[in-house]
Amino acid sequence: MDIGKILENLVNNAKTLKRIGFAVLALIVVIDFFLPRHHSHFFWDDIPGFSALYGLLSFILIVVVSKTLGHYWLGRPEDYYND
Amino acid sequence: MIDWVHPSVFLILGALFIPFIRGRAQQIYIVLLPALALVTVMLMSPGVHGVVNFLGFELIFGRADKLSLAFAYVFSIAALVGATYALHVKDNGQHIAAFVYAGSSLGVTFAGDLLTLFVFWELMAFASVWLIWSRRVKASIEAGYRYLLVHAVGGVVLLAGIVILYVTTGSTRFDVMQGNGAAFYLILAGFMLNAAVPPLHAWLTDAYPEATVTGAVFLSAFTTKTAVYALIRAYPGTELLIWMGTFMALYGVVFAMLSNDIRRLLGYHIISQVGFMVTAVGMGSALAINGAVAHAFAHILYKGLLFMGAGAVIQMTGQSKLSELGGLYRWMPVTFVLYMVGALSISAFPLFSGFVSKSMEISAAAEMHLPKVWLLLTLASVGTFLCLGLKIPYYTFFGKDCGARPAEPPRNMLVAMGMAAFLCIFIGVYPAWLYDKLPNVVEYHSYTPTHIIWALQILLFTAMGFFMLRKKLGGLRKITLDIDWFYRKGAGLFMQFVYHVVSPIENWFIQVYRHVFRGNLILGIKGLWLDKHVIDGAVNAIAAAVVRGGSTLRQMQTGQLRQYALVMVGSLLILSLYSLF
Repeated sequence: MDIGKILENLVNNAKTLKRIGFAVLALIVVIDFFLPRHHSHFFWDDIPGFSALYGLLSFILIVVVSKTLGHYWLGRPEDYYND
Repeated sequence: MIDWVHPSVFLILGALFIPFIRGRAQQIYIVLLPALALVTVMLMSPGVHGVVNFLGFELIFGRADKLSLAFAYVFSIAALVGATYALHVKDNGQHIAAFVYAGSSLGVTFAGDLLTLFVFWELMAFASVWLIWSRRVKASIEAGYRYLLVHAVGGVVLLAGIVILYVTTGSTRFDVMQGNGAAFYLILAGFMLNAAVPPLHAWLTDAYPEATVTGAVFLSAFTTKTAVYALIRAYPGTELLIWMGTFMALYGVVFAMLSNDIRRLLGYHIISQVGFMVTAVGMGSALAINGAVAHAFAHILYKGLLFMGAGAVIQMTGQSKLSELGGLYRWMPVTFVLYMVGALSISAFPLFSGFVSKSMEISAAAEMHLPKVWLLLTLASVGTFLCLGLKIPYYTFFGKDCGARPAEPPRNMLVAMGMAAFLCIFIGVYPAWLYDKLPNVVEYHSYTPTHIIWALQILLFTAMGFFMLRKKLGGLRKITLDIDWFYRKGAGLFMQFVYHVVSPIENWFIQVYRHVFRGNLILGIKGLWLDKHVIDGAVNAIAAAVVRGGSTLRQMQTGQLRQYALVMVGSLLILSLYSLF
């Protein structure tokens, strides 16, 4: 078994992978509607698909906040400390 | 008959013999030492061992209970894995420094009193800086000095706390801290500095990326996790830590997003991950403490694995920045797969070690009904996967081809990565092995359908977002300001302020003064006398003070150790005088 070959195959079939990916995304949200919920601590524990939405929103928030901070405040040229 | 051996004996004393052995025998010896330490820890019976009376102090070298044994266990494993990873290195100094460093962290772990803890604590700092300097380039030397100075200050703060504690309570016990006086906060600050809690964190991300390839693997394991151990021991349930830890988890994520150097990015994620543990220590419930220990255990293994993967890339390509890497999956597929085991573990994918450890801390937040903490830690988890599971692997191993055609790293490096990867999966698949080592008896099941689906939704929807924006999230050829700016640039700016603002004003005053007194000869003569003897004297004294202050600052910047020694001796003197009255 050659790991390199397997990876190469995966990369060449990116289109198929993408379709499988979307199918999995849909599947895990659908399953969430049918899960028993016993130990709910917060109100959102009872909302099916909440963590999918929260994950996506978190991703957007992290990207926007860090890119903004980096662009307007914290970013410097690489030789900033070598003068 | 010897009934108890300190495992550090093998690492610290054993390391001193490394230079006298050569070739294959030396390599065997280097693996043997941490293996012996690990066996010693595995065979150790709980109890208090190695009590020594020294100048009226009771030094306890061997407090072995479930908490210290759990940490000692994983520290020994980390030393063994790290030593394997470094086997090809022909630099005895580095091997010795790594073992003294690992041995000292075991010394801290088994210390039953604060004086013993302090000695090993300092030894860790001095041994570990060698792993940074050993890269032998200017950036490493300078970063090493800054690292050492920050830890020196932290050490003095810790010592001050210990001495005040001794003076006020007559005890140097290393146990849950009582009260909230100066000692409580000084010792807490000393621990928090080593745990890299912002704003005391910049030493980590400043220095770790400058360490040697093999040294960084050791660095990632010991300093911060020893501090987590110390916090668990002394400060469980300290509410301040909940908020500091949560902030820390997010701080690391945001700065990691801005990093271009892969080891700096990994360093920011140490801060983020330790933030989870610090939060759990602050919550202090049985489940939270178990979570902190389990997370530290798992973290040492997968973070070591990630640093090993990054190190392999750096060693084989000579590049350490995302913007200069890409397309390596064809040339280093084994490294990629092993790296991904670490990345999926730290991201808490089901069947990997993060899933069964980090989730305990988040569950503890739910059980204590802390919705904000729960939401923010989950947010930080998204950042972890985004940076380590998506950003680094995509822009290093896929993305645009950087043109490099590296080979896989030497076999010993791959074997070490394989060891860590095996443990990451083993813990993920068989968490009972880890849960059995935790200090509290708590029923916890990580593999419930809701938990698995919850984790998959969070992670896979993050992945979807990443692949949609992947053209825009690559590394930029920039660096990011952090707290270290204050001691890297701030001191210089202060000197410029003195030269360009304070000195001209002083000169201007002298000029005005001369004009005023030139008119009248008698007054002038008297004035001259006054000028020469009083004003000039004062001005010179001030100028001298400024110059002295400035040169002190400058020395702090270039890191002269005499200053440290002076501060150290001075504080010791003040403290010992304080103890007399």
